[in-house]
Amino acid sequence: MRYTKKDWVLAGLTGMSLVVILLLLAVLLGQIAWHGAPVISAEFLTESPGADMISGGIWPAIYGTVFMTLLMTLAGVPVGIATAIFLTEYASPRSRTAKLVRIAVNNLAGVPSIVFGLFGLGFFIIFVGGSMDALFYDDSRPVWGKPSILWASLTLAVLTLPVVIVTTEEALRQVPRELRDASLALGATRFQTVYKIVLPNAKGGILTGVILAVSRGAGEVAPIIFCGAANFVPYLPTDLRDMFMHLGYHVYALATQSPNVDAARPTLFGTVLVLLVLTFSLNLLAVIIRSRSRAALRP
Amino acid sequence: MNERVLDAAEPGHAPTTRRQAAFPPRPAKSKLASSFHTPLWHRVAERTIAILAMGAIAAIALIFVFIAREAVPMFWEAEFAEEVQLRDLFVAKEWRGYEEPVFVWQPVGEPSKFNVVPLFVGSLKVTLLAMLMSVPLGIGCAMFVALYAPRAVREIVKPVIELLAGIPSVVLGFFALMVVASWAQATFGFRFRLNAVVAAVGLALTIVPVIFTIAEDAIQSVPKTLTEAALALGARKYQVALRVVLPAAIPGIAAGVVLGFGRAIGETMIVLMASGNAAVMELFDFSTSVRTVTATIAAELGEVAQGDPHWRVLFLLGVMLFAVTFVLNIIGDLVIQRLQKKLTAT
Repeated sequence: MRYTKKDWVLAGLTGMSLVVILLLLAVLLGQIAWHGAPVISAEFLTESPGADMISGGIWPAIYGTVFMTLLMTLAGVPVGIATAIFLTEYASPRSRTAKLVRIAVNNLAGVPSIVFGLFGLGFFIIFVGGSMDALFYDDSRPVWGKPSILWASLTLAVLTLPVVIVTTEEALRQVPRELRDASLALGATRFQTVYKIVLPNAKGGILTGVILAVSRGAGEVAPIIFCGAANFVPYLPTDLRDMFMHLGYHVYALATQSPNVDAARPTLFGTVLVLLVLTFSLNLLAVIIRSRSRAALRP
Repeated sequence: MNERVLDAAEPGHAPTTRRQAAFPPRPAKSKLASSFHTPLWHRVAERTIAILAMGAIAAIALIFVFIAREAVPMFWEAEFAEEVQLRDLFVAKEWRGYEEPVFVWQPVGEPSKFNVVPLFVGSLKVTLLAMLMSVPLGIGCAMFVALYAPRAVREIVKPVIELLAGIPSVVLGFFALMVVASWAQATFGFRFRLNAVVAAVGLALTIVPVIFTIAEDAIQSVPKTLTEAALALGARKYQVALRVVLPAAIPGIAAGVVLGFGRAIGETMIVLMASGNAAVMELFDFSTSVRTVTATIAAELGEVAQGDPHWRVLFLLGVMLFAVTFVLNIIGDLVIQRLQKKLTAT
């Protein structure tokens, strides 16, 4: 079709907004890569920070992030997958329960992350942890009722639940109906169909959801400020009740609470780069797996 | 409608396994037990799935209950009443040393002043600034991608925006704090390095993907028949875009804006790091830095004793924030749902 002058104006104006966004993104990534890359070294990745937090490496933060994300996945993913199975395979879409679950999932996705922090503190630490202490320990010192890697992971598991549910649901829906019908026609029970036919065929999509959730959880800081992240822990967390260091929290603490931010700049950029590489590679992995599994299901 | 076929509870859609065919469909009550002769562990597993599936509902309820649980004792606690009057949380008061009634949030002052109004004003201010930047960008970008961009550009832009959505907010906050702040001060000569504008730039980066994705969906799903009819009548492409596609996509775009607003007002790390709330105590100097609801909770809760009046007020802020975003989400979802229904109907 022939474009008129006004068409060019509209295309130009809307195209400009795309250019602005891409430029901002390029500056962001460029700056972080440019200032961060020189800092990255084997020592930076494998050593503990020095007493001033600026010298040395960030190994405890990497370790803490990975450990926490692992716990979060163990706790959140089974619930998320079960919810998705329930919504796609069992509940009628018009049933009140299914509608309620869907509304809850949508709203959970929109709850501000700092509110999750309050929730973790009010529910997990004070209520659950506090009750456990009151039941099992006479000592007045808190054993479970204090910030720890366990409570931080569980809080983030709740936060990432919608990600797992939505992507898993999408994956289950892409399994062709004929497969289910064939399985049922052969006399399989509904659970057998889900377990032996639907889930194996949706494996890739489910994995995508898990990875996206991990990537999201690894980057969230606001919920764990009160739930277990610490400025500096001299040892690696080994117990569920330990506090831990975290890449994102490390960035926040160094950037806002360090007495000498200029001296902290290189370390900061290095840490941000590590965090970005971690989340981006996870996202990339998710995209690749998703496109592969979609291609595999296409007739 | 895959799931309906599998649902034995829906008459007429019962799966025709051999065993079941002999029985009439079960009454509409039980959604789970599909057949009478399934092994016990199948039924146990199905029960477990159904129970786990209530996790999201339980989570929403628990979040509300356990945040409110830390806040509501303020209504009867003597300790709280001694230090704070409830009306002072929302209404301006003429404190000693002030010449007129003012809204002040000054938890460490003597006496402590917990007026939540300046915090919400701060949140609104940063959010509106961010919306002013991100709404035109997001919608413009969506229009360009959906209407003008060649397929190759579209295939690249969508993953790139997804990439933007995947950047952790602490990284965006860091970017605003380290890069945008210095640049903005050098360019515009701000008196304070960290201010509402800097934080809003960071916030805009989180909202753009939300608005873009939903707006692009809305524009794409405008029925082809509408645009083709307009083109057949001799309308120019820009006329189709502005007078046919855009009006038809408005509900979806509005939903995107509402959800983006909800995201922005609840965003914590960016405003905490880049809005300058830590250093500046003067909350009414709106030309400089702001202190938002979220940043206040994040910055102050760590230093407050459990059960303190300050603690209760911070949890009250959490309850209010939760309520605001809850309502915004419901509105956004309703609009999107209605839209989808309308589109599948045509």
